[in-house]
Amino acid sequence: MSIDLKTVKHISKLARISIDDEKANKLKGDLNNIFEFIEKLNELNTDNVQALTSIAETTLRFRKDEIKSENIREKILKNSPEENKDFFVVPKVVE
Amino acid sequence: MSDITSQSLFELTSNIKEKKLSSEEITKAFINRAEKSKKLNVYVTNNFEKAIDQSKKFDSNPNLDFKLPGIPIAVKDLFCTNGVRTTAGSKILNNFVPTYESTVTQNLWSQGAILLGKLNCDEFAMGSSNETSFFGNVQNPVGENLVPGGSSGGSSAAVAANLTPVTIGTDTGGSIRQPASFTGTVGLKPTYGSCSRYGIVAFASSLDQAGPMTKNVRDCSMLLEVISSFDQKDSTSIDYKRNYYSKELSKDIKGKKIGIPKEYRVDNMPDEIEQLWKNGISYAKDCGAEIIDISLPHTNYALPTYYIVAPAEASSNLARYDGVKYGFRSPGQNLIEMYEKTRSEGFGDEVKRRIMIGTYVLSSGYYDAYYLKAQKVRQLIKKDFDDAFSKVDAILTPSTPSSAFKIGEKTNDPVSMYLNDIFTVPINLAGLPGISIPAGKDKNNYPLGLQVIGKPFDEQNILNISYALEDKINFKNDISDWWLSE
Repeated sequence: MSIDLKTVKHISKLARISIDDEKANKLKGDLNNIFEFIEKLNELNTDNVQALTSIAETTLRFRKDEIKSENIREKILKNSPEENKDFFVVPKVVE
Repeated sequence: MSDITSQSLFELTSNIKEKKLSSEEITKAFINRAEKSKKLNVYVTNNFEKAIDQSKKFDSNPNLDFKLPGIPIAVKDLFCTNGVRTTAGSKILNNFVPTYESTVTQNLWSQGAILLGKLNCDEFAMGSSNETSFFGNVQNPVGENLVPGGSSGGSSAAVAANLTPVTIGTDTGGSIRQPASFTGTVGLKPTYGSCSRYGIVAFASSLDQAGPMTKNVRDCSMLLEVISSFDQKDSTSIDYKRNYYSKELSKDIKGKKIGIPKEYRVDNMPDEIEQLWKNGISYAKDCGAEIIDISLPHTNYALPTYYIVAPAEASSNLARYDGVKYGFRSPGQNLIEMYEKTRSEGFGDEVKRRIMIGTYVLSSGYYDAYYLKAQKVRQLIKKDFDDAFSKVDAILTPSTPSSAFKIGEKTNDPVSMYLNDIFTVPINLAGLPGISIPAGKDKNNYPLGLQVIGKPFDEQNILNISYALEDKINFKNDISDWWLSE
């Protein structure tokens, strides 16, 4: 199978990365090369194989639901690109 | 006493404990050398002023019970350091100053170490040559215009060039072991779950592990002992009794069964690597180990599996970089346009390529064909190792299929770049510990490494085998300091 330009643009939309036509064409070539390489997996019959979902064979631990850090508003807002005193600021969402 | 910066961690620690050197002397020696080594481009951010202050503070009231008493250490710029810029080699985190500390780096400071600065790496650890970094490529001290490997390329170059006594890197598909191999240094990727992932900028969460990068195996055991710990803050951290790696380090590997997998004999592998591997096998025999031929039949499927699993996880992990809460933002007319412009301008080409692959394999209609298929093949790869480890205690392979290549040589061909990790990727997929040690040189005098792979949580065993082999190999890096400026 091969990935066409329309698909590349669709994926870029899903990934929220804007790309121009030149970049999209370059990516189309790269992705097709990479997927050609990935297709090798189809040589294997995996009908009766269980998917490996976690390499660490443990179950997730439970912990008490308690507040451990307080008054961290300032720390959280410290790196925001645009802020006012209490909030992250983004372009207007509701018209 | 030899020059301070060429000393091993073990020597520096002994000299501090015996009061032959102060932390300030050591710290200043590394800083002076770094000032003359800008050509290598290993540092993204330095912490020199604060480091000198901290070394003076250490000397005024030294705690000599620490495992890293007043030892200055630079770390890969993928570890969040409280109050010190952390970029992950990306424009999108160019201005990010964490307000918290990664567990692994906290373990260093808790044992007396001092932060020298943050080392260059491939953007979000995606690369095998350090050429994807927003902060430019790193020079390999082994030779001019040679890549130092990646993604922990600044780290491997810094250790090889004597700019830090030791360092820590991260390894998702070979990012510690491949650069170690390219620079004639030692690098260990621990078992998945050994070292906490808390505070490490995430790439592929089911594969990422932090690990030591050092001049020799003993230093590696000392550093692993400090960074490996159980951590409540990482849900995949495993609570088990860790060895006293440096105390239990031993060259006695008599009777150990070492497997040699036939599938690692790949096409077009240079003769020198074949020879290096043979030498390793005969050294292991000399040490009394038993050599056993084994098969890891799904080896050839590891890279295609990796290039589904890792980008899929990366595309999810990197969804957080949207220009809202931290990092770079490019303004837009509306929210969606802001996201798209931020991510388009903030990420480099390789990162975008991997996000695109990951988004595609997880998208509706393709999930079963790609992602689920890869998860199943990953199971088969893990089973190969389970079967092998029912017969052997460890596995010996080359670390990489070639020595370091020239800067720019592989940048236009992603697949040929990916092939660099052919011997290291299977170990991440199976969650196993692996170490690369310098084992010889090719015809250009560039270093080559051997990899020892162990059972889960059996770091002590691969350290001991490496320690025994290191002694027999007696590798000398003879780096000429060609980059030094006055």
